Amino acid sequence: MIRKAGRTGRRPGRRLNQGRAPVALLLPSLLGLAFMVLPVIGLLVRTPWRQFTADLADTDTWTALRLSLECATAATGVSLVLGVPMAWLLARTELPGRGVARAMVAVPLVLPPVVGGMSLLLVFGRTGLLGSYLDRWFGITLPFTTAGVIMAESFVALPFLVISVEAALHGLDPAIEEAAATSGAGRLQIFRWITLPNLLPAIAAGAVLAWARALGEFGATITFAGDFPGTTQTMPLAVYLAFQDDPQSAIVLSVVLLAVSITLLAILRDRLFTRV
Amino acid sequence: MSSLTRRRARLLRPAAAVAAVALAGTALAGCSSSSPTDAAASSSASGSGQALSGTITVFAAASLQKTFTALSATFEKEHPGTTVKFSFGGSDTLAAQITQGAPADVFAAASQKTMQTVVTAGDSTGTPTVFVKNTLEIAVAPGNPKGIKTLADLTKSGLKVAECASTVPCGSAAVKALAAANVKLTPVTYETDVTSALTKVELGEVDAALVYHSDIVGADGKVDGVVFSTASAAVNSYPIDVLKGSTNSTLAQAFVAFILSDSSEQVLLKAGFQAP
Repeated sequence: MIRKAGRTGRRPGRRLNQGRAPVALLLPSLLGLAFMVLPVIGLLVRTPWRQFTADLADTDTWTALRLSLECATAATGVSLVLGVPMAWLLARTELPGRGVARAMVAVPLVLPPVVGGMSLLLVFGRTGLLGSYLDRWFGITLPFTTAGVIMAESFVALPFLVISVEAALHGLDPAIEEAAATSGAGRLQIFRWITLPNLLPAIAAGAVLAWARALGEFGATITFAGDFPGTTQTMPLAVYLAFQDDPQSAIVLSVVLLAVSITLLAILRDRLFTRV
Repeated sequence: MSSLTRRRARLLRPAAAVAAVALAGTALAGCSSSSPTDAAASSSASGSGQALSGTITVFAAASLQKTFTALSATFEKEHPGTTVKFSFGGSDTLAAQITQGAPADVFAAASQKTMQTVVTAGDSTGTPTVFVKNTLEIAVAPGNPKGIKTLADLTKSGLKVAECASTVPCGSAAVKALAAANVKLTPVTYETDVTSALTKVELGEVDAALVYHSDIVGADGKVDGVVFSTASAAVNSYPIDVLKGSTNSTLAQAFVAFILSDSSEQVLLKAGFQAP
């Protein structure tokens, strides 16, 4: 059913695409594409393939990669749990201070990640505003732990999810929700059975963006969570450190990270977006 | 007074160009027994009236930040019309940037090893000169609340310690000192430069960090230092040299000569460094 709708929906677009693209649009888009692809090509050209297998056998590489994937996935989970309700609240209610809240959601986007990490340290650090109580009352310290990495990554990833879900909510025809309401459904019921299923593509798209952002996180992580192999040293940190000492192995690590993330994104894209 | 010297400097600028050519001439002819650095040193000592001009960029180890910033102010005052810009960071990062073609005129490293990276890559002009030495010390919160007296005390359970990554000089020195004391330390984080390790102590996020004596002196009472017995096993030498890529080698040589001068050494010694 959905598949059919998708196909008919795509047809007029395809007709429009026939014919030649105007140079004024073609040129900048090709330039933009080259700008994005060239660094990747540069990386591949300079990859020491002979060293590749030796570095792949290094368990530290896999430790860092696994930690990266786990933390990015956990941060995406956190973003989903907190972000979807937040997006609904921003789009569907008249709560006071929504404008301010919406602006605050964008803060991690404009804030340099290092500043984000520093601020997290000042709030959740051992002597931080809340962190000192966490430490005193529960004996919990977040810096230098994997939980700290997930926090830092969630901080930078959350806006991507909220913004894409909120945009989709605005695009969703409220008539369906209103129809459900006149049939006597409660707000939570409507959200669960009407809004959420319609939002799934947007939630998936937001989650992929959040995951990708979390996977590449560096500044907030190294500032807030420090750098220790196995607990807080994610791939971006491992690449940075390797680059100081042994640029060749930094390139290998980068290619591994690139390959894994592109593969995963391609799989997710196929699964999630072909039906949109 | 300063405007007078500036005017004099402007008048003398053509003379300096002649002097520079003469200097290059003697260096080329190889008939001078003194190296260009010595020549610059003697002319620097002869008075502040010589007309150096332009801007140089100095890449310097993070541990030199306070003293070099102060020293450059003196240098700029002695030579009006000159500007010394800095990029401070982990010596390994800076060395990697230099070998990748970063536009730097002078490199001051916190270890012979990181300077050797630059020399091996052919980016240094001559033989780097060691201008100071620095010893490791344990930085603790003021008053040493955890009662840390030796390196072995750092391994007490529940104690959080920051160590520099082994790629940076303070990290490789820490590895040596710990090995000499036969202590196996598991820090909570491997920081990418010595100042970030120190900051974690100042913020109270860690209980101790292995940093340089000069960092503790420079922290102005925000941390206390604990001297340990095997520190002598890990004394770092700080070499400085003019880089091949320098676009203003006359000024770069004058700055190196200035750092090697007695008056600069006094400033460095006062800041907790040791004489070479």
